[in-house]
Amino acid sequence: MTLISLVKKELFERKQQLFTSFCTILLGITAIVAINSITHSSEKAVKNELERLGANVLILPKEASVQDYYSADIGTGELPEGYVKKLSASGIHGMDNLSPKLSGKVMIQSKSFILTGILPKKEINNKAIWQQSNMLNFGSALSSATCPDSTIPIGKSDEELLSQKRFIESLKKNQIFVGYEAAAALDLKKGSQLPIKDTTFDVVAILPPTGTVDDSRIFAHLHTVQQLWNKPGKINVIEVIGCCQKILDGLVPKINALLPDAKVMTVTHVVETQLKTNKMMTHISWVFFTMIVLVGGASIANFMYGNVNERKKEIGTLMAIGANSRFILKLFFAKALFLGLAGGLGGFLIGTLMAMALGPHLANISVYPMPGLLGVAMAISVSISLIASLLPARRAAKIDPSIAFREV
Amino acid sequence: MIQLIDIDVEYHLRGQSVPALNLVNLTVQDGEFLAIIGPSGSGKSTFLQVLGGMLSPKKGQVLFDGVSLYEKSSDQRAAFRKTNIGFVFQTFNLIPFLTAKQNVQMPLLLNRYSTANQEERASQLLSRLGLADRLEHKPSELSVGQQQRVALARMLSNDPPIIIADEPTGSLDPDTSIQILDFLKELNQEGRTVIMVTHAPDAAEAATRCVQLVDGCVNEMNIDNQRPITLAASNM
Repeated sequence: MTLISLVKKELFERKQQLFTSFCTILLGITAIVAINSITHSSEKAVKNELERLGANVLILPKEASVQDYYSADIGTGELPEGYVKKLSASGIHGMDNLSPKLSGKVMIQSKSFILTGILPKKEINNKAIWQQSNMLNFGSALSSATCPDSTIPIGKSDEELLSQKRFIESLKKNQIFVGYEAAAALDLKKGSQLPIKDTTFDVVAILPPTGTVDDSRIFAHLHTVQQLWNKPGKINVIEVIGCCQKILDGLVPKINALLPDAKVMTVTHVVETQLKTNKMMTHISWVFFTMIVLVGGASIANFMYGNVNERKKEIGTLMAIGANSRFILKLFFAKALFLGLAGGLGGFLIGTLMAMALGPHLANISVYPMPGLLGVAMAISVSISLIASLLPARRAAKIDPSIAFREV
Repeated sequence: MIQLIDIDVEYHLRGQSVPALNLVNLTVQDGEFLAIIGPSGSGKSTFLQVLGGMLSPKKGQVLFDGVSLYEKSSDQRAAFRKTNIGFVFQTFNLIPFLTAKQNVQMPLLLNRYSTANQEERASQLLSRLGLADRLEHKPSELSVGQQQRVALARMLSNDPPIIIADEPTGSLDPDTSIQILDFLKELNQEGRTVIMVTHAPDAAEAATRCVQLVDGCVNEMNIDNQRPITLAASNM
């Protein structure tokens, strides 16, 4: 017989008492695991949604609105291109990509199109590095400001990046990307040439259809477009891919403070509800955590106190035949450990299954098991059990062994 | 040799002090079988608790081979009990959810015997007490006499030189009482010191020496007629 087998025998012999305590901790851990699994999957869903949307933060002239941006109404104010440098060097974390653009209407073959100047990412990064090496306020270049969980896909072609993410890695001064509808209207193909005003451009690629205003856009290098319209150093918008969590943590006010003359907007109408749900789920998770600590802890403490009172004579006898206080403490802590481990493991399994079953109905998302939560569930469960057993175990260890001589 | 020197014990109940042992002096030689008799409330249980290192006296000393028991910490006293003293309780004090064998294994577990050694020794002791066919029975499945024999086997598991028995026949029928007393005599003849508290004169006859506890004081008794050797209230 070992200490562990002794504890197991006692626990299984007093199943009814054990069952109540075990259920309390099991239910608490189940709730925590289920809520966390759903929240985590919901966050992932938001992240995927943001990735699908591309830019989620817009920096516009003060007088422009989001509607102007979406309808490509380009007559509503301008921003200095220097804002891009300022942002790059600001040290604000959570901006995955900055894409300054200048848009304007252009007539080609008697048809109206939107010509959008775009600055390739490589040139922005070069500026950031230049800033880093030339300014005293460094430690803040764009590369260090990106999201830790960057959603920028690797290995995508320029046209895929432009249509999905609205930025581009590289673009020469005389090259253009043409939207799907514009290409059809102008009968353009990859490799075609297109004169706009007094400049002839090479068509690098035709963009896939997006169902947005971008289908009738022509994308050229920002500086070429600025020259065409004689607007050097001017842009209409800076599109930013902001990290979801950083947006929640106050990315917008930080940019607002840096660029007080600009209007900073998030694509909140799409993500706000989900972000709010996530926040609510996190709060509920904390409420459950507090409840499990209080209710679960109280239940285990109650069970342990009851156990000590019921077993006083037994403990006294053990002490009379030579058990020291350390052995008695070990006996109770081993019991608490067993309860904690079983509650943590059971809670993780049931919570995960519940989240997988309920996730699609509650949050319209698919939930997958999170093995990392097993450790968290075990740690919470075991800690609560051990802490709740501390006082009862100490009381047991202080039992007067002479109780063994009493008849009742 | 066990010496109790000027032992004074008081209980405090509702603001009043109640004397339990009053300047008790007693010497028990190695290998003695001492019976302590006395009416209910005479301090017999208190005497055993003090002797077993479980109740610190207000005054006085308990010496085992010259070493003072109460100069040790409570854990040191527990360790001393573990290796030197075997207890027999009136109500047996078996652990209800353990089998007979597992109950006997308990002191061996405390002494860190391996599981195999625990099982072997427990089986041997229970067989010696005629319980070879009851090894896997729980206390509730045993008769009262069998339960006391399990308790005796548990007491013997660590091979203690001193046995302290509190009313070992108090809950038993006459036949079983005789068996238990015979077994205690056998253990005494093996050289163990047996100190037994009892209120039954018949049980005291099994001892080689008898003292009476009255109002917290001890009187040496004549073992043959169980009458006080001296009527003086002074302690020995």
